[in-house]
Amino acid sequence: MDKPRVKVPLNVRKGEPFEVKALVSHKMESGQRKDDKTGARIPRKILNRFLCTLDGVEILRVTLHPAVSANPYLSFYATAGKSGEMKFVWTDDDGSTLEASAHIEVKA
Amino acid sequence: MKADFDHQPADPSRRVLLERALLAAGLLVPVWALAGEGDNGTAAAVAKVLHGRAPLASGLKFTTPAIAENGNTVPVGIEVEGIFSAASYVKAIHVFAEANPAPEVISFQFTPASGRAKVATRIRLAKTQRVVALAEWSDGRLLQAINEVKVTIGGCGG
Repeated sequence: MDKPRVKVPLNVRKGEPFEVKALVSHKMESGQRKDDKTGARIPRKILNRFLCTLDGVEILRVTLHPAVSANPYLSFYATAGKSGEMKFVWTDDDGSTLEASAHIEVKA
Repeated sequence: MKADFDHQPADPSRRVLLERALLAAGLLVPVWALAGEGDNGTAAAVAKVLHGRAPLASGLKFTTPAIAENGNTVPVGIEVEGIFSAASYVKAIHVFAEANPAPEVISFQFTPASGRAKVATRIRLAKTQRVVALAEWSDGRLLQAINEVKVTIGGCGG
């Protein structure tokens, strides 16, 4: 599994919204597809939750359903009052998680 | 996980009864009154978010392609005008698709620290259909936008 990729600006202005992009490799098996050979339904297995925090403060929470494409891509905005660590957590149907982090540098 | 995100298809007869009850109570906006055969539960899912409130048709910028070559990955963008404050912010954005196996697509829950509600992602559409975006401000105001997307090759497999 490839590592999640997150993109944040090199530095941001205090309190000013900045764009965050997050991309992760995952099949997002919808539970609708059938196996070509056996005809059996392939069980659902998706990342169903995403959480972004900055120094422990919640920025954004996302609920993903099987209608989100494979390798889910999310773009959203965040603000920072001071420099800190942004954390990203994706939670799989099986309870496992994928994590990433990025440093947010607030320019005075 | 709340029951409204359950993926089991609702019993059709029960759903129809529910929709009729909601219509009678004037809870559904007129456009959803048109939802007929083949509705996957979007009308009920939208009604659940609206909770009896009428959505505004403006203030929500919903970007989808008019024609999606590949239903497996359809880029969508949703933007609500306005910058957040601690007292006034967009609480949530929901996306529903009318002709997918299940109505729910994705839901974003914001905080004042989000700063603004502008998101983008990629979704699956099984066939040509209407896609609904709903946004909810912290003061209870609701915004709605509905886009039709023509799908050349359907997503969702099978």
